[in-house]
Amino acid sequence: MSILVNKDTKLVVQGITGRDGKFHSGKMKAYGTNVVAGVSPGKEGLLIDGIPVFNTVAAAVKATGANTSIVFVPAAFAADAIMEASEAGIKLVIAITEGLPIQDMLRVTPFLKQNGTLLIGPNCPGLITPDEALIGILPGNIFKKGNIGFISRSGTLTYEVVNLLTLNDFGQTTCVGIGGDPIAGLYFVDLLERFENDPETIAVVVIGEIGGDAEEQAAQFIADKMTKPVVAFIAGQTAPTGKRMGHAGAIISSGSGTAAEKIAAFNKAGVPVAKEPNEIPVLLRELLNK
Amino acid sequence: MKIHEYQARQLFRKYGIPVPEDVLCYTVSEVEKATRELNRMVVVKAQVLVGGRGKAGGVKLARNVDDAVSAAKQILGMDIKGCKVEKVLVSDAVEITKEYYVGLINDRNTKSVTLMVSSEGGVEIEEVAKDNPEKIIKFHINSLTGLLDFQARDIAFQLFGDITQAKQAASIFTKLYKLYVETDATIAEINPLVLTPDNKVLAIDGKMNFDDNALFRQPEILAMREPDEDELVEIDASSKGLSYIKLDGNIGCMVNGAGLAMATMDMIKLYGGEPANFLDIGGSSNPQKVIDAMNILLNDKKVTAVMINIFGGITRCDDVAKGLIKAMEVITTNIPIVVRLSGTNAAEGLELLKQTNLPTVSSMSEAAKKAIELSRQ
Repeated sequence: MSILVNKDTKLVVQGITGRDGKFHSGKMKAYGTNVVAGVSPGKEGLLIDGIPVFNTVAAAVKATGANTSIVFVPAAFAADAIMEASEAGIKLVIAITEGLPIQDMLRVTPFLKQNGTLLIGPNCPGLITPDEALIGILPGNIFKKGNIGFISRSGTLTYEVVNLLTLNDFGQTTCVGIGGDPIAGLYFVDLLERFENDPETIAVVVIGEIGGDAEEQAAQFIADKMTKPVVAFIAGQTAPTGKRMGHAGAIISSGSGTAAEKIAAFNKAGVPVAKEPNEIPVLLRELLNK
Repeated sequence: MKIHEYQARQLFRKYGIPVPEDVLCYTVSEVEKATRELNRMVVVKAQVLVGGRGKAGGVKLARNVDDAVSAAKQILGMDIKGCKVEKVLVSDAVEITKEYYVGLINDRNTKSVTLMVSSEGGVEIEEVAKDNPEKIIKFHINSLTGLLDFQARDIAFQLFGDITQAKQAASIFTKLYKLYVETDATIAEINPLVLTPDNKVLAIDGKMNFDDNALFRQPEILAMREPDEDELVEIDASSKGLSYIKLDGNIGCMVNGAGLAMATMDMIKLYGGEPANFLDIGGSSNPQKVIDAMNILLNDKKVTAVMINIFGGITRCDDVAKGLIKAMEVITTNIPIVVRLSGTNAAEGLELLKQTNLPTVSSMSEAAKKAIELSRQ
């Protein structure tokens, strides 16, 4: 088992003729992901890496039965692309695009809710169920099938930590990069709940960072609802107040959203927090050997 | 992006939100002239992009021209939390019966624009939230419908018993929401909103911040940007595809990815060093980016060692190494540079780097330790 994506995922790539869309469609297909269609208005009839291109998501869904979409469309048009996928009946949209205006996301959110569409991202690296489906820009070679669930707000920090897990023989059920924006789709609590219910997942690693209070909510959820062990790491302990640390959502405003508050919340919930990435597999081993 | 109070007032006026008359002044003589022309009691207010100017003495009431001149002499040139005051706003000092708070923010949890109002105005809303949270009324606005008139009225009636006052307040709420959405704001605050003895409701102080991701479609807002020295460096970095924030330490960091860049700073601190900056060079192996990034790091005279931390994912480490080698041909510096490469094709990348004489390591912790050690030599 796994969460959200697996062998049965049929993927449509929105923005497949752009530089990133094209490059990563090839990578995803080479990994073994079932990429069934691409969308690029005005380019219907093209084949990219053997993947048929359609003018609209609706046409792609009708012809191929696509059930999941990945969005590489530029920021100014990405909200429209996400809503197009939702209206076409896609149930899971992964938005890789960075730089979406917040007001656009505030309109996307209720629209998707009405249609019952789930969103991951934007500004995220995507997700992977090792050996089944890679949907995103993640480097497939560092992941390994196993029993650890993984959730992170970051990209390369995810690779750093997953690499450490794999080297320490902790394979993964599914790894999800939820993205660095303040208004995003599925978040810690939504995914922790899915990992708790996934029979193959035996423990979860959570990588948070400064900004917002999603980690505090995750800590509360773990304390109240979870039976499986969780290990956390929080980036940004040395970040100054009021500055956006690369990610739009990584900002301490008026003294709230600090790493110290998040670490305290996890500690209170009985979740060990690693001081540095190296410590994550060590803490995981300790918890699983108990 | 932040703007000054005088700019927020300009936007308020444009959207029909009543604000007192004011004049922006850069010199004492301009303040004297403005006060004479307004011919009333005025407030002289420092225009800086940091909060807490009132407590710092940057806002003064002046009953006459002499008072205004002496206030201007004190405030112009004053340092408020590291910001030098270069201009002041001379504003009509209206009589106040009662002060209120009105604010709009993007709420991460409900994923909506949230209107917050309070009968406790004139103090920081964070303090009200801490001491009297029941005095803050919150309303989550549905982005598909916007703030509807009856909703605005309903909230206004919770603050004002009198119908003429409530009508004015409701109109201000809907206008502020329109301004907020149309300019892609992330904060719009009127603090205080005041009631005057002649039953007028108006905005005395305004604060607005905007979504950096939306500036591409907000030319009018972008034209209001007045960056300070540190921000100029950040904006310049951003135009080169780099995300840079200056800190106070001495170990320069160059990292691919924002989360990893934060984790790198944290690790340096954990091992007893002080990071000089946050710098995310993104996911490319373009030598020009490394050159630009290195120039920014070396411009900071405090930097005594540099740590380059790259985790190769889709971007392969051998490509990154080739980019670094090209960059190093252009960069001349005596400052030690430690390179950490890990991930895809790391071994090939490290092999290539042998020709540069740069100390190379394969783990992040080794790199941090080495950089700290070299920074002290």
